[in-house]
Amino acid sequence: MGKIQLQSVTKAFGGVKVIPDLDLDIENGEFVVFVGPSGCGKSTLLRLIAGLEDTTSGTISIDGKDATHLPPAQRRLAMVFQSYALYPHMSVRKNIAFPLKMAGRNKQEIDKRVDNAAKILNLADYIDRRPGQLSGGQRQRVAIGRAIVREPAAFLFDEPLSNLDAALRVGMRLEISELHQRLKTTMIYVTHDQVEAMTMADKIVVLRAGNIEQVGSPLELYTKPRNTFVAGFIGSPKMNLMGGSDAKSHNADMIGVRPEHIDLSQSEGQWKGEVKVSEHLGSDTFLHVQTSDHSEPLTVRAGGEFPVHAGDTVYMTPQQDKIHRFDGKGLALR
Amino acid sequence: MARQVTKQRKIGMTVLAWAVGLLIFFPILWTFLTSFKTELTAISIPPQFMFFDWTTENYSTINSQANYFHFMANSIYLALGSTLLGLLFAIPAAWAMAFSPTPRTKDILLWMLSTKMLPAVGVYIPIYLLFINLGLLDSRFGLIVVLFLINLPIMVWMLYTYFKEIPVDILEAARMDGASLRQEITQVLTPMAVPGIASTVLLNVILAWNEAFWTLNLTTTDAAPLTAFIASYSSPQGNFYAKLSAASMLAIAPILVVGWFSQKQLVRGLTFGAVK
Repeated sequence: MGKIQLQSVTKAFGGVKVIPDLDLDIENGEFVVFVGPSGCGKSTLLRLIAGLEDTTSGTISIDGKDATHLPPAQRRLAMVFQSYALYPHMSVRKNIAFPLKMAGRNKQEIDKRVDNAAKILNLADYIDRRPGQLSGGQRQRVAIGRAIVREPAAFLFDEPLSNLDAALRVGMRLEISELHQRLKTTMIYVTHDQVEAMTMADKIVVLRAGNIEQVGSPLELYTKPRNTFVAGFIGSPKMNLMGGSDAKSHNADMIGVRPEHIDLSQSEGQWKGEVKVSEHLGSDTFLHVQTSDHSEPLTVRAGGEFPVHAGDTVYMTPQQDKIHRFDGKGLALR
Repeated sequence: MARQVTKQRKIGMTVLAWAVGLLIFFPILWTFLTSFKTELTAISIPPQFMFFDWTTENYSTINSQANYFHFMANSIYLALGSTLLGLLFAIPAAWAMAFSPTPRTKDILLWMLSTKMLPAVGVYIPIYLLFINLGLLDSRFGLIVVLFLINLPIMVWMLYTYFKEIPVDILEAARMDGASLRQEITQVLTPMAVPGIASTVLLNVILAWNEAFWTLNLTTTDAAPLTAFIASYSSPQGNFYAKLSAASMLAIAPILVVGWFSQKQLVRGLTFGAVK
């Protein structure tokens, strides 16, 4: 079981309110991702759930029981840190066994569980090495192993992949997703990388300045962003937002069009512009186009190769059914 | 671009380094040589460097005059006693300051260090009177407490800089893994801080061993350490340089051996935190 509920949770450091007032329900077995820009309070929120920070007010309950004032170890949660936080003076085996040792389990059971975790995470080959002798990816696996053996109610991940290089990050992302499917345990994952959020989550919680901007499935957030912040944050490259006559013609104060929802042509279209930068990836072409109608360049994505370069003229037409409309406060109009 | 190091420059630097090294080492070498001279040769002008009649007479004289081992035992008691007592207070203090700092932590650290600027003689009279009232004059216990207190700021500072280098994530991971505060300190923090604790111990032992003001002024015989032993050879009847040198060699010998074997840790301890 791993149902976590936050009710009217606030957190202040001195006079600074980092989390103003927050309610959130996390269902058993869900993979929830907290995402938001740096300093939005996502890590603080995770640490509040973990018990590493005390709440200023409000309640946190785990499986229906009030855990607000329980010490971290008694919340039955396991955490994987960004820095791995392995014990450098212990071997991989001892690192993984540490929580079981603290829980006073007998040696036989500890050995069995450590071997099992090592098998799941392919750690068997370097079980007797020390963390200093491992690569970043291997260290992160050990950290996950240390979390698995406890059989926790939920796993908490605090930006676990940000110290890894790009290729390794993609691999570990898959491994964590597979682990979730295998264990079916609640996972709460903090990241500032919206691609990680979109690919892994059952449910994404978008945070800004300690407030929840929107909660929903990745596709919900992509197709129906609640406001301009979520619209800009989810999706890569980010959505083009524009006001003025374009917005007025759609009865809105602002409209947004994603780069992939603009059709490109070299002969005709609604907006004419000059290519400032072109990025040719083979699978996609990204163009940054300056038009006379918009103050900011528009980002456009074309599938496959689109043969234009900086200085060329292109024409763009937004797909009408994919235009997002927002009011003066930035809230979506439906 | 890396700076070019020519062969001449390398030789020059090596010679310079040796020259500075010898200059620093010279007083110890001179003391060593003097300890094997007769009193007359020791003060002869011009001074005799190597070519004199070597004698171990000074060593046998001071051993027969005073009980060297009594003084050395006291030095060991004082150095180890004050260091162990210091660790007992400095580890929790440094832990609290490093991992649970308040806005005033830096001020407290600076204030603690500022007590080291106080001239010892400034508090000599009150402490002397206190020692008389408490019956602590010439007692090892009294001196252990004084040495522990005067070196505590340095111990806290050194351990604090070591602990600051330990990522707090690791201690939080231990907390998540179910470690109690005691287990967190004994099973996670201390093993990681062993090099730091070792160099703190070493430096403190040396400081306590060398401390001369309080050990000379608060002791007479029972608790007198090696500093008092050396000082006894500088008397109103005149300075007995050869015997003084022999006594000095005997006094620094143990610490010289310990220092030699642990110089790596010592240097790390003194420069720790200077660069990341």
